[in-house]
Formats: sequence, C-alpha cells, structure tokens
Amino acid sequence: MTQEPYVRTEMLTEQPAPLGQTGIMRWMRENLFSGPMNTIITLVAVAVIARLLMDFIPWFFQPSWESTSLRQCIDDPAITGACWGVIRERFNQLMFGFYPSQEQWRPTLAFVLMFVAIAPVLFDKLPRKLMIFSALFPFLSIWLLWGGSIWGPTMTLAGFGIGYAALKLLSGPAGELVAMIVAVLATILWWLFGVSPVAEALHSVVSLGIPEVESSLFGGLMISVFIGVSGIAFSLPIGIVLALGRQSDMFIIKTLSVAYIEFIRGVPLITLLFVASVLLNYFLPPGTNFDIILRVVIMVTLFAAAYMAEVIRGGLAALPTGQYEAADALGLDYWKAMRLIIMPQALKISIPGIVGTFIGLFKDTTLVSIIGLLDPVGLITSIRGDADWNGIVWELYAFIAFMFWIFTFSMSRYSMYLENKLKTTH
Amino acid sequence: MSQPIEKEVNRSAMQVLDEVAIQINNMNKWYGDFHVLKDIDLTVNRGERIVICGPSGSGKSTLIRCINRLEEHQKGDIIVDGTELSSDLKNIDKIRSEVGMCFQHFNLFPHLTILENCTLAPIWVRKTPKKEAEEVAMHFLEKVKIPEQALKYPGQLSGGQQQRVAIARSLCMKPRIMLFDEPTSALDPEMIAEVLDTMIELAEEGMTMLCVTHEMGFARKVANRVIFMDAGQIVEQNEPEEFFNNPQSERTQLFLSQILGH
Repeated sequence: MTQEPYVRTEMLTEQPAPLGQTGIMRWMRENLFSGPMNTIITLVAVAVIARLLMDFIPWFFQPSWESTSLRQCIDDPAITGACWGVIRERFNQLMFGFYPSQEQWRPTLAFVLMFVAIAPVLFDKLPRKLMIFSALFPFLSIWLLWGGSIWGPTMTLAGFGIGYAALKLLSGPAGELVAMIVAVLATILWWLFGVSPVAEALHSVVSLGIPEVESSLFGGLMISVFIGVSGIAFSLPIGIVLALGRQSDMFIIKTLSVAYIEFIRGVPLITLLFVASVLLNYFLPPGTNFDIILRVVIMVTLFAAAYMAEVIRGGLAALPTGQYEAADALGLDYWKAMRLIIMPQALKISIPGIVGTFIGLFKDTTLVSIIGLLDPVGLITSIRGDADWNGIVWELYAFIAFMFWIFTFSMSRYSMYLENKLKTTH
Repeated sequence: MSQPIEKEVNRSAMQVLDEVAIQINNMNKWYGDFHVLKDIDLTVNRGERIVICGPSGSGKSTLIRCINRLEEHQKGDIIVDGTELSSDLKNIDKIRSEVGMCFQHFNLFPHLTILENCTLAPIWVRKTPKKEAEEVAMHFLEKVKIPEQALKYPGQLSGGQQQRVAIARSLCMKPRIMLFDEPTSALDPEMIAEVLDTMIELAEEGMTMLCVTHEMGFARKVANRVIFMDAGQIVEQNEPEEFFNNPQSERTQLFLSQILGH
C-alpha cells in the first residue's frame, strides 16, 4: 500500500478542550473515580473519615471553656467531651512557664519583634536595611528575656565595633591577615575581660535596665521557640561550613569535619542534653554560671548542624562539576565561587532537606523536658500534678500538638513558596 | 559531522602576530597511573586559530583544560601570556581571568539571569562597577545576537542560545585567549551554525583561539593550524588545506576517512 503525498497548506488554530475535560469534574474523575477499584477505595475512605469526624467533632466542641477543674467538667451534664478550661486557666503557663506575670510583655514583645527580624531574611522584596534590625535582634531578644542592665548587651555588641575598628586601623600598615587576627583576638578578649567590668561601671553611672529573670523561671512555648529559633539560625551556617569542610581537599579540615559529623550523628540528642545539663559543669571552672538554656541551645545547634551538613553535602554533590569548572574558568576564587555560584544552587536543591531538619529540630526541643526544663511537654506533668486537673490528658497534648503544628506547617509552606520562587526554568 | 558554513569568512582580517601567547614545553599529565598527555610541545602565537581534533579519549580536552588549570599537569611547563602555570594560586587566578573558556555543556549558572551570568565575573573578579559591567555585558550580548534574552534564565533558552551566552560571558572578561571545549557537540544541527558564526566573528577580530571540535568545515575555513591528537600525543599538525587533503600519518588518514566519509 502506498501513501499519498501530503502537504499541509494551513496550520490549525487552538480549540477549547471538550466539556468535562477540565476543572473539578475532570479532577474528580481522574483522582477519585478513575475505575471500579478506585471508586470503592474512595467511598470507603470517605466513610472512615466521616466516622472519625462523628466522634471527634462532638468531643471537640464542648461548652467547657469556663470550667475551673476537671471535676467540674465531669459533674456538668452539659459537658460530655473535652474539658478546655485547662487551656484557658493555664494558657499563660503553657506560653511562658513560671515567667513573672508582670514581665510577660517582654517575651511577647520579643516574639513579635522576631517576626520583624525574620521577615527580611525570608522575603527578599523587603528593604535590605531591615537586615540591620535582624542582626541586632539576637542581642535585643536575650536582653528582653533575661533582663538586667542594658549595658551588658550593648557592650557585647560593642565588641564587633572594636573588632571592626582594629581591622580598619591595622589592615593598612600591618597587612590584612595580621589585622584580621588582631581584630578577632581583640574582640574575644573584650568579650572575656572587658564587657562585664565596663558594663558594671556604666551601670553604676547610668542605671538603665529591666528586672532580671532567672532561667529557672523560663518555660512553656517560649522556651521551645527560643531554643528552636536559635538552633535553626545557628545550625545553618555551621552546617554549611561543615559541609564545605567535608568536601575540602585539605586533609585536616576534611578529617575534622567528618569526625565531628559522624560523632554527633552517632549520639542521641538526649545524651548531648545530659552532657549540657550535668557534665559541662564539671569541665567549667567552679563558680562559673553558664546558663542552662544557653548550654542547651549550644547542644541543640551542634546536633542539628551535623545533620544540616549532610543535607547540604547532598546538595553540593548534586551539582554538576561543570558549575565548579565554569566558576574556576572565570577566575573566581574558592570563597567567591562557593558564595556566588555553588552555595545558592546547593542550598536551593537542599531546601526540602534543610526544612525537614529545621522541623525535626523544632520538635526535638520537647526533649529538654527530660533534663528538667519546663517546655510545654514538661509543663503537662506539673499541670496534671495539680489536684484540679489531675487526670486530664488529651486536651493538653492536643493543644500543644496544635501549637507545634502551626510552626512546623508554616515552615513547610514557606519552603514550598521558596522552592517555587527559586525555580528558574519554564 | 561537519556543518557546511555558508557565511563568508574574511581570512585576511585574521592576522597571526609574531608574539607568543601560549608556550607549552614537554608537558605530561597522568590520571593516577594513566598517562593521558605525553610530551606535549605547542607554541601558540597571538591571533592564531587552532583546531584540535582526534578520537575520544585522545586527550584533546585535557590538553586545553590544562591551559587554564582546570586540570593540573605533572611535568613540563605551560606559560600563558608570560605567566607560568604552577601551583601558585595568584598565577592561576591571573591566567584564568585572561583566558576565556566555553564548555560542551555551556555550564551557565542556572540560578542567575543571562545578564547576571555575564556581569558576575567582571564585578567580582575585575571589580568593575555594576553599571559599567552591565553595559559591557549588553554589548557582547548584542554581538552574539541575543540582547533581548538578557533578563531570562538559562533554562529558558535553547542550546544554541545558551552557548552564545556562554561565549558572551567569557568575552565580558575581555580575555586575550579563548578556549573552546567541543562547543557544538551537544547542539542540534540548526543551532551549531549559529554558534559557529559567533566563533567565526570572534576569529575575524583577531582573537587567539584553541578549539577542540569535530566541525571540519569550521577548521577548513577559520583555522590556521589543525592539530590531530591520538593516545595523548600530538600525531600531526599542519595548515588546514594540507591537513585535510594530504594527511601524512596513517592514523590521521583513518580518522579523517571516518569522520569525512559520510
């Protein structure tokens, strides 16, 4: 059979899709009822969900908000499910632990300002000048939470100024490397020996400050957020450095990075927390008061950084070698190539992993209850120890789970937004 | 294999100066125990257009990658523009900023726009002010005939366009020597022509060029010397007419009959 010669003389125009091939109908047919088996599964699933909701909704919606004890909920015939009074009565405690109530505006303010500080980091459309506030925020938040004289954090901050001044003054006459070393040394020495006497002296002249609050009074979601956010903020840069170290050609740096990562990943977080709470005291000179929350933050950060390093290494490994070669061929040095070419791409590839690690870290903060810090989970025990609320379980756990879910879900959504935004193909 | 070149090539504009651009003396390279490059001696004068061809695995890519230290050589000297390549990082950076390179797979930076791809190195390596770097970049993007794509990302361009951007990106550093590592091997025939045209224009302006390529049409029209490599050695080098019409070595004859035979 021979084929007739054929030449197309005019191109066809676009036509709308046939009815029922677009929109919700098409979606339902494709996803829910695409065959007899899938139709059955869909119907069974709907039945199961309906059954669960039939139990959950009546339990959840109860007029128990005003109750003041579990007894009251049980005795009230109108209440047949959840006893939400515990959340109302202990809300402040679940948020702030035993933080003095007249000072609770401070963590609240710090929490609100945290969003202002994070915003320019998360959204690059905001003015870059806001980053100055982001840089100051760690000092501000620590001062707000722990209180005390304003001179402490100000003088700590001044350390950067001293380092910068040393760098500027010396880089001309003494060379950049020397200036850098002197600047770092000067800053560290200032922090170790300069800050506290100067701050005290200034405080005795002009006493500006807010009442101090002991770490032992900290608790609730505030502690989780503080540890979680600090851990997240510090573990990412440390993780990047470790990942680069592990890829380095330099034997010592590579070995140290590998040893660190493998050691930390091989040890449960609980052990590290116990080290932070108990063991560190043996190593530190007697009489040093190294804040327990700070110690925990350091441990959580170091722990998360090891995981972060591996996640980022995955991103680095996924980059074609051509990217390294192109950067080299253009004459970019190692640090510029990493900063401008390699890291932006590696981090982009690793976003799901990084955010996964962040979420894990944030949820892991509940482990601090084991070493006696009163995070929300730790507080449950103490709330249930109260005669009024003895025996209450679901309401508290549900509330805390919901609080955590808000944070982790926002992180997850942000990561999806970011991945979408950074997509540079069609 | 070889793309017919329709463009008129103005050979008289391509002048070879009496000035050495690259000097390679007795250079050897090993990958572990494998001897990839053996006793390479090569002198490239300014303004020369050299095409390097040979079977795959013959070491031709490795050779030009040694010139800007993407690969390290173990023995012998490479002197580029009077600067000797050694493990001295300063020399390496200096040479890399003088020598442009185009890769088979373009290696554009996918997270940056076309314009940013072109301005990155001038801004960060040459410390050119951003505005000036952008003007230079636009100038070269116009030259490779894609100024309208400046704000797009590499992933949105065709292969040929991407390779032309890669050439523009190298040119933005105002290199005195350009290395091409199989620039058309990953392209469709239609796109090969547009990239070759760009390379011809570059040659007409007197750029010193070393091209690893199998585009024999390009070699005939543009090159002033063709080098044939096999098993890590330079087997034959000659002017293009002589090289193609009267190859001396048996190995070259076999190679040419294979790639020109169909």
